[in-house]
Amino acid sequence: MKYLTEFRDGEIAQRMAAEIRQLTTRPWAIMEVCGGQTHSIMRNGIDQLLPPEVELIHGPGCPVCVTPLEVIDKALAIAAMPGVIFCSFGDMLRVPGSDRDLFRVKSEGGDVRIVYSPLDAVALARQNPDRQVVFFGIGFETTAPANAMAVHVAKTEGLRNFSMLVSHVLVPPAIDAIMRSPTNRVQAFLAAGHVCSVMGFWQYPTLASTHHVPIVITGFEPLDVLEGIRRTIAQLERGEHAVENAYARVVTFDGNRTAQELLEQVFTVSDRSWRGIGVIPASGWRLSDAYRDYDAEHRFAVSDIRTQESTVCRSGEVLQGTIKPTACSAFGERCTPRTPLGATMVSSEGACAAYFNYGHTVQLQRVVSRP
Amino acid sequence: MCLAVPGRISEIFDDGPVRMARLDFGGITKNVCLAYLPDAVVGQYAIVHVGFAISLIDETSAQETLRHFRELGILEEELGEVADEAYAPPPPCPLPS
Repeated sequence: MKYLTEFRDGEIAQRMAAEIRQLTTRPWAIMEVCGGQTHSIMRNGIDQLLPPEVELIHGPGCPVCVTPLEVIDKALAIAAMPGVIFCSFGDMLRVPGSDRDLFRVKSEGGDVRIVYSPLDAVALARQNPDRQVVFFGIGFETTAPANAMAVHVAKTEGLRNFSMLVSHVLVPPAIDAIMRSPTNRVQAFLAAGHVCSVMGFWQYPTLASTHHVPIVITGFEPLDVLEGIRRTIAQLERGEHAVENAYARVVTFDGNRTAQELLEQVFTVSDRSWRGIGVIPASGWRLSDAYRDYDAEHRFAVSDIRTQESTVCRSGEVLQGTIKPTACSAFGERCTPRTPLGATMVSSEGACAAYFNYGHTVQLQRVVSRP
Repeated sequence: MCLAVPGRISEIFDDGPVRMARLDFGGITKNVCLAYLPDAVVGQYAIVHVGFAISLIDETSAQETLRHFRELGILEEELGEVADEAYAPPPPCPLPS
């Protein structure tokens, strides 16, 4: 599909759903990796269109959700330090640390600021030479080029008062870890479209063949998601495990090579801890040695952090796809987007927030109307 | 943070050694770093993520996505149009060395 003019057409959606029903002869479990896709599925009621045999499992692709508690606590400690301007994307401010969040630090006098781009934080460093400006550099491969550029700019300009608290995670190692898990139920993946717009999908054929798992690069519009599902089920039913690009209007095989070159320069692959999941080998980026001076963990003494996870929140199981958000006893009662216990309820891309906000009440026909 | 927003490149300018662009997101305009799309030209549409253009997209797809985001009330959210006194205009953005 090249054009979007028909991408939200309810009749086409119903036809595609009918085709999926016709294709499906037995139960299949498909994981949508990206939280943006979870959002689209729940907002548009796509899950309701599918045959009961098809189960969508929400993946760990919410950058806010998978940022480890230890890193959140380090952010809170740095943000509370005198002389620091702590910059973050807005959705990180309500993520609960062990005993508070960034909004609380702000209300207690910390200089915590929301920025749209990491380059805004570099500008703040330029404008405030007597302050230490720290940017909270989280996210997947989609966000990483912007963060890499911010550090690169700071180094190029010789800014001594800018640093980044880095917690970058990578999709392909996560897919590999999910498939290697003894409790894995996932049989196919809808890969994250915008991650692939940066990284391409040259890393995926090896994953698909190693694990005999179909991987379909999928976008975010309702019919993008349905098309991704249709292609994965078609492969599963045929017993195939290929990589397909169902988001060709944005994604190429090679991805954005210019971005990849700077990423290779600024970051080094490292083991990473994922909140609720644990350490996945070689699943993240840290600043490379050449940029170590811009590493906030190196600049500030925050290694002695003691964390305390909520004893009630089951977001880790949600992130691993082993339970649905509604299976958590706190869901919708003690835990809501206004009073989140875990990151999956905080972030607009979190699976718990998607379930809370849209539930199963949205009818596709109401949202997806003919243009 | 995942959805990204398509915008039309209305102006390309150098800020020192830096390639920047002015993009129109269905009425909202923003300066965006164009370092990762060095071959982009005025009139093309690009997907923008946290202030960086990362991929080109055809006009029809871009317009429909913008319209959809607006209908769903998430255009401002995705563009980071949040009320905060700290918001500062994007700084220059040099090409990778």
